[in-house]
Amino acid sequence: MASSTADLSGLVAHNEPSVQVSDDAAGFYTLGDKLVDPKAPTGPIKDRWTNRKFDNRLVNPANRRKLDIIIVGTGLAGGAAAATLGEAGYNVKSFFYQDSPRRAHSIAAQGGINAAKNYKEDGDSVYRLFYDTVKGGDYRARESNVYRLAEVSANIIDQCVAQGVPFAREYGGLLDNRSFGGVQVSRTFYARGQTGQQLLLGAYQALERQVAAGTVTPYSRHEMLDVIIVDGKARGIIARDMVTGEIETHLADVVVLATGGYGNVYYLSTNAMGSNVTAAWRAHRKGAYMANPCYTQIHPTCIPVTGAHQSKLTLMSESLRNDGRMWVPKKAEDCAKDPRDIPEEDRDYFLERIYPSFGNLVPRDIASRAAKYMCDEGRGVGPEVDETDTDGNPVKRRRGVYLDLTAAIARLGKAAIEEKYDNLLDMYERITGEDPYAGPMRIYPAVHYVMGGLWVGYDLQTNIDGLFCAGEANFSDHGANRLGASALMQGLSDGYFVLPNTIRDYLADGPFEKIAEDHPAVLEARAGVEAQIERFMSINGTRSVESFHKELGQIMWEYCGMERTKEGLTEAIAKIRALKAEFWTNVKVLGSADSLNQDLEKAGRVIDFIELGELMCIDALNRRESCGGHFRAESQTPEGEALRHDEEFAYVAAWEWGGDSLEGHNPVLHKEDLIYTAIEMKQRSYK
Amino acid sequence: MNLTLKIWRQANATAAGAMHTYTLDGVSSDMSFLEMLDLLNEQLLHQGEEPIAFDSDCREGICGMCSLMINGQAHGPEVTTTCQLHMRSFNDGDTITIEPWRADPFPVVKDLIVDRSAFDRIIANGGYISANTGSAPEANSVPAPRDKAQRAFNVATCIGCGACVAACPNGSASLFLGAKITHLGELPQGQPERYSRVATMIAQHDHEGFGGCTNIGECAAACPKEIPLDVISQLNKDLRDSIKQGY
Amino acid sequence: MATTELVKGVRATRSTIALKLAMAASGIIFILFVLLHMYGNLKAFAGHDAYNEYAEHLRTLGTPMLPRSGALWIIRAVLIVSLIVHVAAAVALWRRASRARSTKYQVKKNVASSLSSRTMRWGGLTILLFVIWHLLQFTIVKIDITDGSTGNEDPFNLLYNAFHGSAWWMTVIYLLAMIALGFHLHHGTFSSLQTLGMTNTATSRARARIAGWAVAIVIAGGFSLVPLFIAFGVITK
Ligand SMILES: Cc1cc2nc3c(=O)[nH]c(=O)nc-3n(C[C@H](O)[C@H](O)[C@H](O)COP(=O)(O)OP(=O)(O)OC[C@H]3O[C@@H](n4cnc5c(N)ncnc54)[C@H](O)[C@@H]3O)c2cc1C
Ligand code: HEM
Ligand code: HEM
Ligand code: SF4
Ligand code: F3S
Ligand code: FES
Repeated sequence: MASSTADLSGLVAHNEPSVQVSDDAAGFYTLGDKLVDPKAPTGPIKDRWTNRKFDNRLVNPANRRKLDIIIVGTGLAGGAAAATLGEAGYNVKSFFYQDSPRRAHSIAAQGGINAAKNYKEDGDSVYRLFYDTVKGGDYRARESNVYRLAEVSANIIDQCVAQGVPFAREYGGLLDNRSFGGVQVSRTFYARGQTGQQLLLGAYQALERQVAAGTVTPYSRHEMLDVIIVDGKARGIIARDMVTGEIETHLADVVVLATGGYGNVYYLSTNAMGSNVTAAWRAHRKGAYMANPCYTQIHPTCIPVTGAHQSKLTLMSESLRNDGRMWVPKKAEDCAKDPRDIPEEDRDYFLERIYPSFGNLVPRDIASRAAKYMCDEGRGVGPEVDETDTDGNPVKRRRGVYLDLTAAIARLGKAAIEEKYDNLLDMYERITGEDPYAGPMRIYPAVHYVMGGLWVGYDLQTNIDGLFCAGEANFSDHGANRLGASALMQGLSDGYFVLPNTIRDYLADGPFEKIAEDHPAVLEARAGVEAQIERFMSINGTRSVESFHKELGQIMWEYCGMERTKEGLTEAIAKIRALKAEFWTNVKVLGSADSLNQDLEKAGRVIDFIELGELMCIDALNRRESCGGHFRAESQTPEGEALRHDEEFAYVAAWEWGGDSLEGHNPVLHKEDLIYTAIEMKQRSYK
Repeated sequence: MNLTLKIWRQANATAAGAMHTYTLDGVSSDMSFLEMLDLLNEQLLHQGEEPIAFDSDCREGICGMCSLMINGQAHGPEVTTTCQLHMRSFNDGDTITIEPWRADPFPVVKDLIVDRSAFDRIIANGGYISANTGSAPEANSVPAPRDKAQRAFNVATCIGCGACVAACPNGSASLFLGAKITHLGELPQGQPERYSRVATMIAQHDHEGFGGCTNIGECAAACPKEIPLDVISQLNKDLRDSIKQGY
Repeated sequence: MATTELVKGVRATRSTIALKLAMAASGIIFILFVLLHMYGNLKAFAGHDAYNEYAEHLRTLGTPMLPRSGALWIIRAVLIVSLIVHVAAAVALWRRASRARSTKYQVKKNVASSLSSRTMRWGGLTILLFVIWHLLQFTIVKIDITDGSTGNEDPFNLLYNAFHGSAWWMTVIYLLAMIALGFHLHHGTFSSLQTLGMTNTATSRARARIAGWAVAIVIAGGFSLVPLFIAFGVITK
């Protein structure tokens, strides 16, 4: 199968650059030059990384101490990078908004991490992991990057085990694997349902070791608010000490952003409360391109919203779909009933009905969309939630579908189910107050991960020299859809293995000329940050920051969520612009700027989300195709399945900040062609 | 439901703090405890009073950022984190007292927020296995007995929230410390540094000003991750061995 | 006391756990001593002569290798050292604990701890006061409370007079002291096992808790018998 089509020479292109014919976003953007990664490797795909590592220049150990590296973020990507660069002897400054580096949201990942170890001797290989990842990303990822990711994956496991990450083991004491996310091989390493936590603690401990060694200086409760760019090179950041409110200038030879995903643009998501786009967005406003911002992953099995008070959503592992059947009542009037009183013939097992062969195991995006349709039709279950319909009228809808384990409990016994899903079911009970053994659980899709992010080349450098970006914050490895257990892999690959190598090459030209704290570019960046804070504090309107965030989230979820249409997106852009205008005249922030002020922090994040949301809608509007997490209603097969248009859209959409839309400016679109040599593009199929 | 909330307010680390009383209507039993506080904050904002500062991030019980002493119990009446505590654990008309973690090594930053960086320094002073990136041997070259690996995992689930310190009458961080000692000490990779680790970590613990443990056991009862008291016994044992080894 | 630096030049022997180990070791020596002492006291049931013989035996133990009362002095020396260690460690831990939480909670609930574990310090202090009195009464000054005379050299009579008849309040004081001791041992026994690192599993911890109950009941109960039985006239001269 896959390997028979493998051509690893990297010489034969399987496809031509695509030519876009449709232009749905006309008027909302300006077309810029094509984008070519200047660091793109060539040659046989399997030798690219090896050769690059060799070609990357070295930095004399004695010089490393003199080189300052700023790393924003202490998740898997940032934490691993800081630890490794610290070990190498560079002078690292590590920034994070929480009180401890250990709290980065990587901590929340449950399922596992992939690696091509082939311990099960089930036919796995670097090539197969590479292939699965490109295919899983619906052929919208860059080949070279993904190959490197697969190649490095095995080293990650070695590294983590050496640090004491307590992965699950078999009786013989060797590492255990499971299969995850529908792949046919067992390549996922896990630590019960807390893999992310254990991996992050490994990186965190390595980081703290460097703190003790004096190579890494941690800056807790510091929020990065701008990058300093001098002569086209990133030379530092402006950060706010969130405790004292002081605006600080930090200068360096290179800046790394590893600030995680921006799923909170939807207000409700499985991300942490503080997850934000601010760091990436401020860099974007300084010239860094934002790539494929509309690619969002929506996970089908989350605990549903209970009411308007809801602040965040919680993921329940997908594995529940192995034993659970999803259904809604056939009749809308049954929706408020106790599900146990609804007879079998009045239940609609919608996935089994629509996808008879895959049934409840259809991929994440399909399951999510189907559940949404059921609720849109008025057949959702659970408490009623206030919503605004497409005409702007308030409506009450139930946002939930049943995930029913009762048949499995009857078949396998309660004890077996308990053993398999114990933690999950406990969590469900805690959050909903309902007994998951007594009746079906309620679930609903939720925003979970963003494939979009800052554009980076093969070296993980953005289009700004000296500004690198890693982890979920960059766009690089997952294309239009991320496979389960591969974000952790990417974060650690970027942090432990890629960045230390590529940054080395960049720094071989250093140490760069020292910048004075009163350099005009520094002062300008500082002044910009101070002016914005001053502006938030002075508006003194009537609406809370939170209410703007909620409203933005509703717009995004409604129009740029699981299903997107030209009309909807166009309307969303107008709504977001109006919201932005209102924000700048009517937001209310109390307290002072020179002390800990959570509303002030949030104001900065929400305005960035508003601007990002607008760009996401424009990106989604332009991409008139359905691929991965991006489903355009206009582009589907007659059976209602996602339809890609490779001839038009096999490119990375990298957006350049063009100025504030309220002042009539448009973003600029740069396209980077995706050319495949080792893999041939195929239409994804699950029928 | 309708609640009376007595909440500690303190402008900054050096300001004097005091309890303030608020009343809050319209609390739904489906709300999490922190969502209840969000609601209060929205109300305060509209009344022109500065919202109450409290820590939270993941709101799913894993990051360890949330804290709060609720009616005298760390993380409140259930065995879980404050962010996973729901209002259905309370009744209409209740009075709820909310205070920050109290321990001198956890100074108050503002209102209900405390500084727990002492925990990071305890980890920095030995709470790791030294394994430089790239130096690792093939993962399966060192098997780890399954039961030991499981014990290591069970205690590695500590989220560093500090509830153990908050609940301990002595203000001791022994449970947190013991959890890390046990995690790393159970694995083959953790052996080379086992005895120096415990010595440096406890030294940092003491230096930060945490109290000594007198085996009272409130910590384990407050721990949202149910880290058992075993780990303190293990900590003591490893320290004794470390003395024997001359550390 | 919060700091931002890492400690260098670490010595495990200077840690709070080392203090605790010292406390556990001295505490266990105390337990052994009180067990022995309690056994001796129970000789009172055998009557005047048997008891005095035992007291005399204590003094001749080890002779002629040791001088008269030599073994006793060795025991005393060990006890004195243990007491100094135990009390010094207790004071050090107490001070640390109160500095570790200088601002108290407005409301604090204890959910898992025993009363005994939370009253170790006050209980210990009570025992200390008791022991001071006790030594004055029986060893150093030998106060016969029936007539206030001192230097009564008949151990059994001294004991008998302490609890007999009109001296019921002395019995009460001793019983209260034994309650304090029982509390101290209930937690102390468990605690010393935990401190010595012998409670690494839930089962061993449960066993240590049972040991705590057993030691507390046996010792506090055993000691209480003699005063009670003298007071109620079961043991007679
Ligand atoms: C509930 C959940 C479950 C998941 N499960 C899996 C799974 O099983 N397998 C898998 O592979 N992936 C999973 N993922 C995805 C994966 O966990 C994340 O994509 C990945 O951990 C992101 O790591 P990161 O290092 O890029 O960012 P993060 O871990 O999010 O770290 C971001 C860091 O940046 C800092 N930061 C952010 N903004 C600023 C700022 N402005 N100033 C200063 N600092 C800032 C933060 O303090 C933090 O330290 C899951 C995600 C979620 C939400
Ligand atoms: C003389 C006055 C005494 C004082 C002030 C005192 C005080 C204390 C204190 C504060 C503790 C620590 C609490 C703990 O670790 O749980 C303790 C522990 C203990 N005490 Fe005492 N005590 C005294 C006498 C005694 C006596 C007479 C005995 C035995 C008969 C005894 C046996 C123990 C034991 C076994 C422990 C447990 C040690 C450990 O925790 O590891 N103590 N004591
Ligand atoms: C009801 C309880 C007790 C009674 C009736 C009792 C009785 C006595 C008597 C009669 C003596 C003198 C023995 C002699 O000199 O030969 C004595 C000595 C002593 N008792 Fe007790 N005792 C009791 C409890 C305790 C307890 C609880 C402790 C310690 C915690 C204790 C510690 C001592 C010590 C240290 C001595 C001195 C031994 C020596 O050095 O000579 N006693 N006791
Ligand atoms: S041991 Fe428990 S209570 Fe203490 S920090 Fe860890 S998780 Fe929190
Ligand atoms: S409550 Fe405190 S005294 Fe020890 S057993 Fe727990 S740390
Ligand atoms: S907010 Fe993360 S554990 Fe509570």
